[in-house]
Amino acid sequence: MSKIAVTATINGDEQEFLCEPGESLLDALRMRLNLTGSKEGCGSGDCGACTVMMDGRMVCSCLVLAPEAEGKRIETIEGVAEGSVLHPIQRKFLEMGGLQCGFCTPGFIVAAKALLERDPDPSETEIRYWLAGNLCRCTGYDKIIRAVQEAAAEMRQERVVS
Amino acid sequence: MIAFHSPQTLEDASALLAAEPSARPLSGGTDLLVQMRSGRVEPAAIVDLKQIPSMRGIRAHDGGFAIGAATPCTALLDDAALCAAWPGVVEAANLIGSVQVRNRATMAGNLCNASPAADSVPALIAADARALVVGPAGEREVPIADIPAAPGKTNLAQGEFVAEIRLPAKSASGGDAYLRSIPRTEMDIAVVGAGVSLVLDSSGTCTAARVALGAVAPTALLVEEAGAALVGTGLDDAALDRMADAVRAACNPINDKRGTVEYRTAMAAILAKRATRIAQSRAGANS
Amino acid sequence: MTEHNPLSQFRVVGTRPVRPDGIDKVTGKAIYGPDHVAPGMIHGAILRSPHPHARIRSIDTSKALALPGVKAAVTGQDLPHLPGKSVSLGEGEADLANLSCNCLARDKALYEGHAVAAVAATSASIAREALKLITVDYEVLPHVIDLEDAARDDAPILHPDLRTQGAEEPSDKPTNIAFTFALKQGDAAKALDGAAAVASGRFAMPPVHQGYIEPHACVASWNADGQGQVWCSSQGPFMVRAVTAGVLDIPVSDVRVTPLEIGGGFGGKTTIYLEPVAMLLSRKAGRPVRLAMSREDVFRASGPAPGLVVDIRIGADAEGNLVGIEADMLYDAGAFPGGGTMLGPLVLSNMYRYPAVDIRTRDAVSNKPSVAAYRAPAAPQITFAIESCIDDIAAQLGMDPIAFRLKNALRPGDTSAMGMECGEIGFVECLDSANAQDHLKAPLGDNEGRGIAAGYWINIGGASSASVSLAEDGSVAVVTGNPDIGGSRASMAIMASERLGVPYEKVRPIIGDTATIGYSVVTGGSRTTFAVGRAVVQACDTIIADMKKRAANVWQVAEDDVEWRNGAVHCTAKGNDNAPMTITEMAENANTTGGPIAAEVSINPHDSLPAYGVHICDVAVDPETGHVSIKRYTVVQDVGRAIHPDYVEGQMQGGAVQGIGWALNEAYIYNSKGCLDNPGFLDYRMPVASDLPMIDTVIVEKPNPAHPYGVKGVGEVPIVPPLAAIGNAVKAATGKRIRELPMSPDRVFAAINGGK
Ligand SMILES: Cc1cc2nc3c(=O)[nH]c(=O)nc-3n(C[C@H](O)[C@H](O)[C@H](O)COP(=O)(O)OP(=O)(O)OC[C@H]3O[C@@H](n4cnc5c(N)ncnc54)[C@H](O)[C@@H]3O)c2cc1C
Ligand code: FES
Ligand code: FES
Repeated sequence: MSKIAVTATINGDEQEFLCEPGESLLDALRMRLNLTGSKEGCGSGDCGACTVMMDGRMVCSCLVLAPEAEGKRIETIEGVAEGSVLHPIQRKFLEMGGLQCGFCTPGFIVAAKALLERDPDPSETEIRYWLAGNLCRCTGYDKIIRAVQEAAAEMRQERVVS
Repeated sequence: MIAFHSPQTLEDASALLAAEPSARPLSGGTDLLVQMRSGRVEPAAIVDLKQIPSMRGIRAHDGGFAIGAATPCTALLDDAALCAAWPGVVEAANLIGSVQVRNRATMAGNLCNASPAADSVPALIAADARALVVGPAGEREVPIADIPAAPGKTNLAQGEFVAEIRLPAKSASGGDAYLRSIPRTEMDIAVVGAGVSLVLDSSGTCTAARVALGAVAPTALLVEEAGAALVGTGLDDAALDRMADAVRAACNPINDKRGTVEYRTAMAAILAKRATRIAQSRAGANS
Repeated sequence: MTEHNPLSQFRVVGTRPVRPDGIDKVTGKAIYGPDHVAPGMIHGAILRSPHPHARIRSIDTSKALALPGVKAAVTGQDLPHLPGKSVSLGEGEADLANLSCNCLARDKALYEGHAVAAVAATSASIAREALKLITVDYEVLPHVIDLEDAARDDAPILHPDLRTQGAEEPSDKPTNIAFTFALKQGDAAKALDGAAAVASGRFAMPPVHQGYIEPHACVASWNADGQGQVWCSSQGPFMVRAVTAGVLDIPVSDVRVTPLEIGGGFGGKTTIYLEPVAMLLSRKAGRPVRLAMSREDVFRASGPAPGLVVDIRIGADAEGNLVGIEADMLYDAGAFPGGGTMLGPLVLSNMYRYPAVDIRTRDAVSNKPSVAAYRAPAAPQITFAIESCIDDIAAQLGMDPIAFRLKNALRPGDTSAMGMECGEIGFVECLDSANAQDHLKAPLGDNEGRGIAAGYWINIGGASSASVSLAEDGSVAVVTGNPDIGGSRASMAIMASERLGVPYEKVRPIIGDTATIGYSVVTGGSRTTFAVGRAVVQACDTIIADMKKRAANVWQVAEDDVEWRNGAVHCTAKGNDNAPMTITEMAENANTTGGPIAAEVSINPHDSLPAYGVHICDVAVDPETGHVSIKRYTVVQDVGRAIHPDYVEGQMQGGAVQGIGWALNEAYIYNSKGCLDNPGFLDYRMPVASDLPMIDTVIVEKPNPAHPYGVKGVGEVPIVPPLAAIGNAVKAATGKRIRELPMSPDRVFAAINGGK
C-alpha cells in the first residue's frame, strides 16, 4: 500500500507523518500524531468538533484530506494554551461553565479564537453566527456565548494595558 | 487505493482527469469528501485544483470579474469591488454551510456538484455569470445554467473542469440579491432559493431583470417570464405579483425530507418578491 | 439573566468554583470514548442491514477473513442464545435476548442499520474493505415504520413470539403491541361531558434523537483465560459490565470496565451497542479491538426517543377546577419492546389534581431502531399534549394560564391519580416564581406570541457507592462510579469540601472503574447529585466519626466530648484545654491513631423528590413563511438546592434548548423503503447557536429533606415544558393550535394558510 509522506507545521513544530491518500486530516491528527483533542462528531462538516486552523483559516479537519496539509500551518486545540498558561478563552470557558460534557469544547475554543483574532469586539449575533458551525448539545450555547464575550472583553483590556 | 494528485498547471490537471474515468477534481472538498466517506462516490484518483496559481484569487476581467475556481467563498468577502458590484452573489456563496465550510467551499464546487439546492448557482444565473471550462480540447465559456445537467450530473466532458467563474460588468444602476428558505438560521440546505438581478433607469423603471430559482426543479432555473414581468414596470406591487405568478408556474419541485411541493412553490414566490425588493433598493442606491 | 439567591448557610455549597476536570477538557487532553488506544489494538467495523426488515438466511464471512490484515469476523451466531434471560440494571431488568439481538442480529434484521456482522483488521480502512466482502443472504420482509400502522392487527409482525404484556384479556395472537396499561378512577367521560371547558385532540410526534456529539466507541480486550477489559464512555460502567457479561453469558467479575470521559448521553448511553461485539472480536483476534460508530450509525442504530400518538381530552368546571382527563397513548418502542411503559401515565397524573381519570397507554414495536432513554423519558411527548390542552382550557375560561395551573397544581399532602404521595414538591413555588418574572410583562411586537408551560419529572435515587480517603497531608480523594457528564465531579468535591471543612481545591474527585469502587447504577434519572452525593456525604460522615473516635482516644475523653467543627476536632470536655486537631493533623498522625482514614459507603435511597419547572417563551412567527424564531426564553425550576449553580443553570439551559429543537425541527424522517432519510446533523436539525437567544434561568430552592443539602434532581425536567411552551406561544402569535411536531416552517405555514 502506498502511503503518502506529509510534512506540515503543527502547533509551531514541523512534523512528518505517513497517511493514506484518502485519509482525513482529522484522522491523521488523531491516529498518526496522537492529537486526539480534535474530535469527530460527524465526519461530514456538520458539527465543528474537528475545527482546526489551516494557514490561519478555520476549517473542519474532517473535510480536509491529510495530503492537502503538505506545507501547511496547522493549529489545533493542543496548541491554544501557551505552555501551561491557558488562553483567555479557555479560562473563561472554565470560569463560566461554558462546557458540560466538553466534547464540543475544543472545536468551540479554536473557532472562538479565530473570531476574536479577526474581530476583538463582536456582537452577540456575530458570535452566534460565527459559531453556528459548532454544535453543542449540552449547554444550549448560553454560557458558551457569554464565555466568548467575557474573553473578548478581557483580551481588549489586555490590549489597552499592554 | 486512491491516487492523490496536485497538479500545478491547467494542462496537467486536464490530462490527469482525462486519464482516469472515475477521477474527480477537488476544490474545497466539502461535497466530495462527504460523498466519498458515505461511499456515494469512489474515485480512483483525486485531482486537487488548488495548487494551480491561476485558479485562486479574483481579478478584473472585461470590466467584470474572473474568480479562480478554487477560490473559497470567504475570500470573496475580502474583495471590496466584487462585494460592491455583486453583493447578491457574494452573499449567496456565504450562506453555504458554516465559516469552517466556507473557508474551503468554492462556487465552482457548488456548481459542479450539481445539487438543485446549491446556493450560489441561482445568484450566479441571475447575474448572468459564465464558467470558463478547460479541458483536453481547450477552453470554452459556458453560461452557468448550462453546467448542471441533473441532480449530481454536469454537462462537462471527461477531462473538463471549471477554471474560472466570470461575472459581467455590473450596470451602474443595477442590483442583485439572493435569499433562501431554511428551517434553521444557518447550516441548512436550501428548501428554496431565489436570486434576482435588476437594472433600473433613472426614473426607477426596471429595464432588465433576471430571476433564478433553486431547489424547485432538477437544476437551478432561469425564469424568463418572471424577469419579463418586471421589465418596463416601476416594480409596483402588481408587477411583483405577476412576477410571483410566473415563478409559481415555473416551479416543478419534489416532496422530500426538506420540503413539500406546496411549501416550496409558495416560498419561491415569496422569496423572489423579497429578493426583488432588496435588489431594487441596491439598484436604487447605486443610481 | 440568571436568578439564584442562595441561602448563605454554606461555605462552598452554592458557589461556582472551576471544575476539577476542567483544564483537561479545554486543552484537548481529556480522553473520551473514541480517543482510547490500547497497545496492539486493531480496528473493528460493523456491517449493517440495508433493509428495515429481513430474514437472514446466511452470512458468509470467508472472503472477508481471507483479506490480508483481517484478524476476525463475527455474526449473531457467535453470541450465546439467551431466550427469557434478563439482567438487572439496578433500576429494573433488561431482556438479554433482545439486547444481544440488538448488538448483532440473530435471524432477522429488524431495522435499517441493524448490525449483522463485524470484522477486525489491522487498519480501519482494511476493516471497511472487508465489510464489502461479506455476503449476507437476506429474505426481505414487509416492513412497518408508522407507529399507528404498527399497532394495527394486520401489520407485519416483528417478533412472532411477542404477546402483549399487561393485557386484560391475554391473547395468543402475535402482535406488535408489547405492553399495555390502563387506569380508571371515577367517571371521566361523564365529568368531561358536563365540563364547562374542554380541550381535546390528537397529538402526534415522530421519534427524535438524543443527539450527543460523541458517537459511541469502545475498546475491548478479552483474554484466553476469560478475563476481559472494556474502555468506553457510557452513563454507567457497571451497566456496561452487567450487559456485556450478560450478553456474553460470562461471570460479571470477568469484565472490568474503565469509564472514559463521556461526550454527552442524555439517556442514550444507558445501554450498549458495541461492547460485546468488540469483546468477541478481541477473543478471536487475540488483540484489543476498537469499535466506533459513525454519525450515520448513531442515527440509524442507536436509541432515539419514542414517538407518540395520543388522543386526549381534559376539562374543567366554570370555576377553573379540572374535572377529568382521558388519554389514549401509543408510544413507539422501535425494534424491541420497552418504550414508554409506565412513564406516560405517571407524567400524566403527577402534575394536576384530577377527580376522574381514564387513561390507557400502549407500546408498539416497529422497524425502527430500538428506543433508548432520552432525558425525562416519555415526559416531553405527553406533556406537549397536556400543557397544550391546559392552555386552551384556561383560554376558554378566560383565566390567566398561570393562575389556572396554580388552582389545579399538585402540592405537598396531595396524592396523585397514580398514587404519588406529594412530599416537599415545589410546583406551586415554580408557578409563583414564574408569575413574578418581568418577562411576563415585556411588550410583544407584531406576529409575536408568548407561551408558558409546566413540566414534571419523577427523579430517581438508586444504588450508589462512594469512597472518601484522606491522604497523608489531609487532602482528600473522593471516588465514585458515576461518569461526569456535566460537572458532577465539581458537585461531589463541593459536598465533600463542605462536609469535611477542607478547601475545595484539596478534594480530588475521581471516577473509578468497576474494580475500584462499589456498585452504582447509571448517571441518569437526575440521580447523581442526589444519590451519589448522599453517598459521598455519608462517607465523609463516616470518616468524621472515625476522627472523633481517634481524638477521644488521644485526649482520653468520652466520644461525646468531641465535636467536629470547621474541619477540626474540638474537645468540649469541661476543664480540658486540648487544642483542636485539624483534619490535616489527623491525617498526618493517622498511622499512630489507628491507620489510614478512609471509608466506602454504598447506599440505595428511594426517597428522591420529583422536579417541576415552568417555562416562558416568546416567539415571532413570519406569517408569510411560517418560520418560528425564539425571541426570549425563561426557565424556572425547583432544584431543591443548587450545589454548583453554573452546572444547574447549564442543565436548565441545555434541556430547554433540546426541547426547543424537538418542538421546532428535529424529527426522524423515513422514506418509502423504510430507511432513515436524515441520518446526519445537516438534515436532523438540532439548534445551532444562531437559532437561539440567551436562555434565562430562575433557580427555585425548596430543599429536599432526604438530602443533606436539599438536592432534588435537576437534569431531566427542563426538556419537558418547551414543546408546549412553544406550541402555546405559536398559538398566541397565530391563533393556530398545532398538534403535530415538529412545528417546522412548512407545518406552521400550512396551519396559517389552512384555516383550522
Ligand atoms: C456542513 C455543510 C453545509 C453545507 N451547506 C451548504 C449550503 O448551505 N448551501 C450549499 O449550496 N451547499 C452547501 N454545502 C455543500 C458544499 O459545501 C457546497 O456545494 C460547496 O460549494 C462545494 O464546493 P467545494 O469547493 O467544497 O466542492 P468539492 O467538494 O471540492 O467539489 C464538489 C464537486 O464538484 C467537483 N468539482 C470541484 N471543483 C470543480 C471544478 N473546478 N470543475 C469541475 N468540477 C469540480 C468535484 O469533483 C465534486 O464532484 C454544505 C456542505 C457541508 C459539508
Ligand atoms: S467531525 Fe468535522 S465537522 Fe463534525
Ligand atoms: S458540552 Fe457537551 S456537546 Fe457541548
